[in-house]
Amino acid sequence: MNTTPAIGHNNVPKMTARDVHVYYGQTHAIKGVSIDVSSEHVTAFIGPSGCGKSTFLRCLNRMNDTVDSARVEGRIELDGQDIYAPAMDVVQLRARVGMVFQKPNPFPKSIYENVAYGPRIHGLARSKADMDAVVESALRRAGLWDEVKDRLETSGTAMSGGQQQRLCIARAIAVDPEVILMDEPCSALDPIATARIEELIDELRGRYAIVIVTHNMQQAARVSQKTAFFHLGTLVEYDDTPAIFTNPQQTRTKDYITGRYG
Amino acid sequence: MATIAAPPAAVPQERQPTDWASRDMQARIAARYRAERNFRRMGAGALLVAAGFLAFLLFTIVRDGWTGFLRTEARVEVMFDAATLGVDPATVRGPDGQAVLARADYIALMNQAAEQLGPASDTLSDAAWLALRDRLMADPTLLGRTEVLWVPVRSGIDLLAKGKYDLDAPVESRGISDREVSDWRWLEGEGRLRTVFNQAFIGNADSTEPELAGIGGAALGSLFTLLVTILIAFPLGVLSAAWLEEFAPRGRLAEIIELSINNLAAVPSIIFGLLGLAFFLNYAGLPRSSPLVGGITLALMIMPVIVIASRVAIQAVPPSIRDAALGIGASPIQVVFQHVVPLALPGIMTGTIIGIARALGETAPLLLIGMRAFVTDTPQGIAAPATVLPMQVFLWSDDVQRGFVEKTSAAIIVLLIILIAMNSVAIYLRNRFERRW
Repeated sequence: MNTTPAIGHNNVPKMTARDVHVYYGQTHAIKGVSIDVSSEHVTAFIGPSGCGKSTFLRCLNRMNDTVDSARVEGRIELDGQDIYAPAMDVVQLRARVGMVFQKPNPFPKSIYENVAYGPRIHGLARSKADMDAVVESALRRAGLWDEVKDRLETSGTAMSGGQQQRLCIARAIAVDPEVILMDEPCSALDPIATARIEELIDELRGRYAIVIVTHNMQQAARVSQKTAFFHLGTLVEYDDTPAIFTNPQQTRTKDYITGRYG
Repeated sequence: MATIAAPPAAVPQERQPTDWASRDMQARIAARYRAERNFRRMGAGALLVAAGFLAFLLFTIVRDGWTGFLRTEARVEVMFDAATLGVDPATVRGPDGQAVLARADYIALMNQAAEQLGPASDTLSDAAWLALRDRLMADPTLLGRTEVLWVPVRSGIDLLAKGKYDLDAPVESRGISDREVSDWRWLEGEGRLRTVFNQAFIGNADSTEPELAGIGGAALGSLFTLLVTILIAFPLGVLSAAWLEEFAPRGRLAEIIELSINNLAAVPSIIFGLLGLAFFLNYAGLPRSSPLVGGITLALMIMPVIVIASRVAIQAVPPSIRDAALGIGASPIQVVFQHVVPLALPGIMTGTIIGIARALGETAPLLLIGMRAFVTDTPQGIAAPATVLPMQVFLWSDDVQRGFVEKTSAAIIVLLIILIAMNSVAIYLRNRFERRW
């Protein structure tokens, strides 16, 4: 239906966005973004503050629905299915497209309950033993199991910031999503915890389609294979990460990554 | 750059360096300290005045009221004579023994036993015979034998024993007759009086005789009323608050609802009583004077308080928790009832307990729906006539009999203890479950 070729399209995309516009009341926050997200890669969204990268990210699992004044136009598909279609169940969509937030936000419950909550509400575990296995595998994949296996009953909020963020990743993984959206997941963490999360993202690559919004260009260069540069609500450039950082095609991209603004 | 080289005299508008040690400056500093000292003194003074009033209130209530928990009893030897009681010993031993004993003439037996008090035979309480009945029905083998019993005395003798009268005052102003004083002296001289804990005060309902009146009925009435209040106001209040905070569309309608709720919280409580009278009694035909109607009326009164407290508590739950739950696919209902409301619960509970405490102390609306009734039985259920603690205080304070003065203060003590206990629970809950993010 859409004749515009998507930028960066090189295999079957997991998610596609076509001519997406977002309005907050009178403000036109996203102006016609089209992009394909592959499940093979980690895709980074970079750009100066207020460029709309987080707004766009929150369109991918309809978290913008909670903002009364927000209005989304255009078409976003997950495996070819329009996620804004009336038939799409938003609860199921968010199970398939998980999200990790800027500030670690574990529930004020035990570590176990944090991870088990998602599988429980979606009915993913039949028995206690099943649930134990789901929780353990999610914590293992988030690289947290060895640190917390002896204190699963302690509160998730009693951990360090980096551990809390990995717990949030484990919580997202536990519902077995297809896509994980990360909204500046390291901006509240120290460099060591950041390195740990970056390693984790690398380990998760290929298993889930990962989209990460970051302020930090070095981080984008380290963890992603594809990078999209947003500016003033438009997608300026989308390409393989090395190409964006070594040979940007657009002047604005070049100016941003060389530190001219942002 | 020429100005730098210019002599100081060439720039007369240049500010003089501040002399921090000048006389003016010292005076300003002294004035500032003085103002602060005065302010502290005034603050401490205000607090002292408030504490003084409170201490005076508590002191007078405890001074007048603690004897309300005691009562004076007289010793009498009772011969449980079957003939006086008008029962046949054979039927007492039969299968209907208890029923026969319940119908026996204890008043005659009491009058007979009272004669041993000689000149003071008229000092026993009108309901002293109840003690005889209770004793005999508990142990029917006493029939035909003599037993020493302690029975309550009249309120006047009770107050004399507690030293409530100034006996040096002239007889016309001291409020008690010479006859009663001499009766009391005689009983004391015989060693027939004792003072014990007044179980009747805790267990009984209201009575025309001060020595028999108790707050048990009013306390149970308060309990039933508050149960109805909680069962109605808590779910309604929390659901309203959750809907207003989480689901209500923002706009004109939400603003009007919010304004109405805030105004409702400030409506004088007697208006709710009028509503209860007009709607629940006259229109819906619910039973007058009952804890059911009282509870519903008070529920309407405190619901705005619960809604406001719950909304504040729900607002205090950080949005990141909602995001976290929504982000893994919780439905809006799951977000509210599995995350937001449980986290807000300590605040909701605090607001609820404070609302309930207010309902416990409320009299005005209950006056209008007939809970001012003189009820001599402990209420049997939420539809039976009842009164409540503060109403009992009001009724007794209105009574002309001297014996009710200490009962009034004693009832106030009970009410205050319950209120303090409830507020303590509220504070405990707040501190115990308070979360910081």
